[in-house]
This record gives sequence, C-alpha cells and structure tokens, in this order.
Amino acid sequence: MILQSHPLDIAHGRIEMSHGAGGRAMVQLIHQLFAQAFDNPWLAQHSDAAVLPALQERLVLTCDAHVVSPLFFNGGDIGSLAVHGTINDLAMLGARPLYLTASFILEEGLPLRDLKRIADSMAAAARAAGVAVVTGDTKVVEKGKGDGVFISTSGLGSVRAGIDLSASRVQPGDCILLSGSIGEHGIAVLSQREHLDFDTPIASDSAALHALVAAMLDSGARLRVLRDPTRGGLAATLNEIAQQAGVGMMLQEAAIPVQPGVEAACEFLGLDPLNIANEGKLVAICAWEDADQLLQAMREHPLGKHAAIIGKVVEDAHCFVQMTGKLGGRRVIDWLAGEQLPRIC
Amino acid sequence: MKFVSEFRDPQLAANIAANIAHEVQAGRSYHLMEFCGGHTHALSRFGLNDLLPHNIHMIHGPGCPVCVLPVGRVDQAIRLAREHKVILCTYADTMRIPASGKLSLARARAEGADVRMIYSTQDALQIARDHPQREVVFMAIGFETTTPPTAVAVLQAEREGLQNFSLLCYHVLTPAAMHAILAADNTIQLDGFVGPAHVSTVIGSQPYATFSRDHGKPVVIAGFEPLDMLQAILMLVRQVNAGRAEVENEFTRAVTHEGNRKAQQLVQQVFTVRDSFEWRGLGSVPHSALRLRDAYQNFDAELRFKLPYVAVADHKACECAAILRGEKQPQQCKIFGTACTPEHPIGSCMVSSEGACAAHYSYGRAI
Repeated sequence: MILQSHPLDIAHGRIEMSHGAGGRAMVQLIHQLFAQAFDNPWLAQHSDAAVLPALQERLVLTCDAHVVSPLFFNGGDIGSLAVHGTINDLAMLGARPLYLTASFILEEGLPLRDLKRIADSMAAAARAAGVAVVTGDTKVVEKGKGDGVFISTSGLGSVRAGIDLSASRVQPGDCILLSGSIGEHGIAVLSQREHLDFDTPIASDSAALHALVAAMLDSGARLRVLRDPTRGGLAATLNEIAQQAGVGMMLQEAAIPVQPGVEAACEFLGLDPLNIANEGKLVAICAWEDADQLLQAMREHPLGKHAAIIGKVVEDAHCFVQMTGKLGGRRVIDWLAGEQLPRIC
Repeated sequence: MKFVSEFRDPQLAANIAANIAHEVQAGRSYHLMEFCGGHTHALSRFGLNDLLPHNIHMIHGPGCPVCVLPVGRVDQAIRLAREHKVILCTYADTMRIPASGKLSLARARAEGADVRMIYSTQDALQIARDHPQREVVFMAIGFETTTPPTAVAVLQAEREGLQNFSLLCYHVLTPAAMHAILAADNTIQLDGFVGPAHVSTVIGSQPYATFSRDHGKPVVIAGFEPLDMLQAILMLVRQVNAGRAEVENEFTRAVTHEGNRKAQQLVQQVFTVRDSFEWRGLGSVPHSALRLRDAYQNFDAELRFKLPYVAVADHKACECAAILRGEKQPQQCKIFGTACTPEHPIGSCMVSSEGACAAHYSYGRAI
C-alpha cells in the first residue's frame, strides 16, 4: 500500500542512486515501471528467478548486451533492439524464441520518462514476437559511469529435432542468400549520433527474424547455416562463415541490395555498406539446388521481400571472400580493420 | 545515386577499357603513378586493374596523409597528449599510425591520454570552447585539401579569443612531393602521373605545369570515380604514344586552372612554407610543408609546449619508404600480410584505407 501511495513521477523524475539500493525506491521502480510494462505470469511470481514449464525439445540459450548511443534512433530504440537482437541470436540456430531475461544498468540522472519509453518499447517488441520477459535485474551506477542505459539480456528458445544449422555444414557449390538491403541500422544510428541530417532519413532495420526463419525452415530447402550480419556487417559475417567452414566465397556486387539513401550516406562518409551493422537481416547458405525454392519462401515473408541470391561458396584454401564488382573487376572482401572510420580527405 | 552512379557505369567503363586496350602499343610498357591514396583506393575497390591491359603498370604514389607522416611526428603528438595532458584532437586514421615503443595515439588513449577523434576542425574548436580550463590541440594533417579548414579554424579561434586552442601543423604540399619523387636518384620507370583529384580543386591545374615542361612527364588530373580513372589512364596512354607531355584535366567538373582562390587566400594568410619537413619514404623534403605564420604563432603547439622534433628511423623490415617512392609494390615487402596487417600495422601504408599496403591487403591479395 505504501508503494501505491507514492507513485513514481514519470514525467519529471530521474533515476537516483536509491533506485538501485534495494530499498523502497527500487521496489517502487520495479513495480510501477518494469512490472507494468512486461506484465506476465512469471514476473507476477515476484521472485528473483522464474520457474518455467518443462520443454520436450532441445534448448537454445543465448545472452546479449546492448550499449547503443543514442538510446532512441529512427526505427527503434535500445529496448526494441535488445529484444530483436536476442531473438535473432536464437532464430539463427533455427530455434523458436520463448523467454527473455533483462538486466538494466541505469545511469544516475536518466529521465524516468526515457526509461519508461524504453521499457514499453521492449515490452511491445517482446509481445509482438510472442516471447515473455520473465525475470530481470536493475542496478544504478553514478552519473558519468554509464551511458544512460545498458541492457543485458538472455534468451531461451527451443529447436525442433532434425534442425542442425552450422557453418561446418557449408560446402563448395552452396548458394549464399541475403534477406534484404544492408547498412540501414548502422547508418541510422551513426547519422543521429553525429547529427548528420540527411534529407531522406534512414531508419534502422531492427526486427525479429524468427518468423522469417520459420518460413525458411518450412520451405524444405536444405539450409546449412544462418547468421545475422550485425556488427562488422555482411563482410564480417561472411568471413566468419568462410573461416569456420574452410571455404571461399564469390559474391556479385550487383546482386547485393543497398538502399540509395544508405549508398549515398556511405559514399559521403567514406564507409562501405558491406561493413555496416544490420539488425533485421540474415544471411542464409543452402544447397544450390534448393536456392530458388528458399528465395521464394523468403520473398513471401514481409521481412524477406527483397531477398536475393548474392553469391556462391567456392573452394579456397585461403578462405577468401571475393566479389565481382559492377564494373567486372574482382576484389577481396575483408574483415573490417579496427573501427570503421571515415576517410581523412 | 545521382552524380555518382553516372561515373560508375559498367557499359561506359567497358568502352573506355576497350579503347585503352586498343590504343596501347604492344611491346611498350606504361608505368603510371597515381599520386593520391584516393586513386589507389579506387583502383583496388573497383578492381580496375582487371580492366587494364597487362602492359599498364600502376605505381602507387605517396598521396596518403597518414602514410607519409614520419614516426617522429606521431611520437611528438603522443608526448604532447601524455606529458602535457592536453586534449589532442585528430582525424580518424591518424589514431592507428604506429609510433615508437609500440605506441599509437589509439593505444595512448587506452592508457589514459585524452585523445579525441573528430570529423572536422569545427569539432576541435567546440571542444576548446567547452573546456576553457584545458589546453586543446588539433593535430592537423593532410595535403592541400584539408589545409583550408584548418586556416578557417585558426582565424575563428583568433576572432573568438580562444586562448586554449593550438595546432600541431603537419600539413604537407603535393607538388613538393612530386618533385622529390622525380629528383630521387632511382631507376624506376615513370611515364606519367594521374594527378590529384581533391587537392587540385584547391590548387588548380597550374602547379603541375613544371612536371610536364621541365621533367617531360604527362599529368592528367582525374576524379576519384572509376570512369575518371579509366579516362585519365586513356589520356595518359595517348600522350605517351604521341610523345607529348602536357597537363590535361579530366576532372573539369571540379578542377579549374587556377583552383579555389578563396581557399588559397585563407591558407596564404595563416600559413607559410617550412624550410624543410621530413616525410616518411621521401626523407627531408625542402619547402614541402606548412607552419603557422609568425602573426599566428600563438596557435603553434610546437612553440607553445616547446616540443622539439626528434626524427626516428622506421622499423627495419618495413618497406613503406620504398613503396611510397614507387620503387616497390606492397607484396614485395617481406612482412606484408604476415607481421604487418591492418590489425597490427608496422608501417604506415598498412594503416589508412588509402595506403597502398592496406588497399592491396584488403582488396587485392587473392588476385
């Protein structure tokens, strides 16, 4: 009752050290902000952990940390991003996402309305994806020791018997597919962080991909591996697979979809879309005979309507990823060295 | 993408490539130096070598600001950041140039120095305004393209009375480096230059006349797009075949004969030519870099913090010097791709994406 008699002042209040101190302020924050947003039977158990029903299928477990700046960007925010990122980690193994956990590291001074906006967005993203945030934790750090909010999540999912996605199954001759255009998330965040106001604002592609993956699995195509090209972009993801599988790859630049706005921003900043992060795209490698069938299944799903076959797996002892450019010249697609930095002149 | 895709048209590229193949004379080889790192990058990124006949050899020039900065200058900046506790602001790739004692600005930052990466000189000024109690030093590097914005920053700082702002002025001059390459006592065959793109928008095509007139080398100023490069190579092949040595301008949409007068005036007002400056690869080159004029010496960090320049020899195994002079290709360096990679650069040419080694490593090592 005491808790209800002192409602949080969400419109004007800010995070204080007491919100993480284990006292009344903390309980109030958890009940009035987090529990309300995420509302589900497991959270209603009011314990420090959740007891979940038994599952028959194999379990898939992942964890993920989110530190994006700015917290709110065109096309999403750190809350929805945390949910999508965690779900996609599970989905790339063919798993059905079921439960999430979320730990919040809050910086003293964070406006409560920002935190509420983030929690609400996170809850909406989870609900839309059919998963529940079943337990969580909150800590507060002094001003200057965080960047507003850091969110650390875990995701638990289950995977059907017979689904076994792994880079080690990739073979020369396989086809490489991409679910849509690249670079939107990284450019959306960067342009907002650096206050680069483009006439055509670029929105993050942040999305949960499990439903697209389910459609791909149902297509019957012999899928070898799925990956989401997040940090380091498509270049890093393909190099990672090539190294793990001990193969090379040959891509066609003309087949890789890039939105004109992203292409222009990259040109302007001296960046390569192949190195830019995505949060709602996936790379699929499948047996070449099944590529058209898989492509069709992807294109029938809203998150895969611009899917394309972008290249082939080849034999290569050096495990190079190469690309034939639009002009016909060939080049290596390498991992990004260091951070992606703009050119000097 | 408007104004870009037009210059990357595959059909037009194929047409120009066919013209080049048609016009090169069998039994003759063409050794052309692209001065700019931007051109080196474009060659690799667009795979242009695949479109050129085998008897055209592109030599990578020293036009990469990060590549030509000697170790001693990076050491100087690191010393300033660590010992004088200033906020050191600099452009991107400069952070990763290897310095003495396995340091770099990036590593110095990790060890506690206050080094900040900025996108424009205006960012450095803003940092100075925001931290009036701290000394803020902008490490100004680059060729003629990046010099005018530095001049503007100095004039702005003066106008605002910003007492805590100064420069490490490492701006260098393109024509002086081209002179140094031609004066070097080496045996490389050099039949012509693909002239700088952005540099020439500032200085114009005028300053290159001496290379055609006095050294008999054709120069074709070219933009950074693939069609620009191919067209410039075709124009060079035609000059070589005809025994001509002229300055031609392929990049007419941006470069004029006299260049950007306003920018030149600003640079002239704030800077004057140093007697000599050490370049990586080219050694000490007379009249090849800028310093602040006496009237602006309050903004000179070398004077303000009494920082002597100490020259430091390059890593023994590193061939950056020979590569920057056009005498060697990156793959001819023993440590290329083994000890020296973009993640762990030993030489500066492996640092910037415009560096010859980094371009070869990132885009071309399989071919």
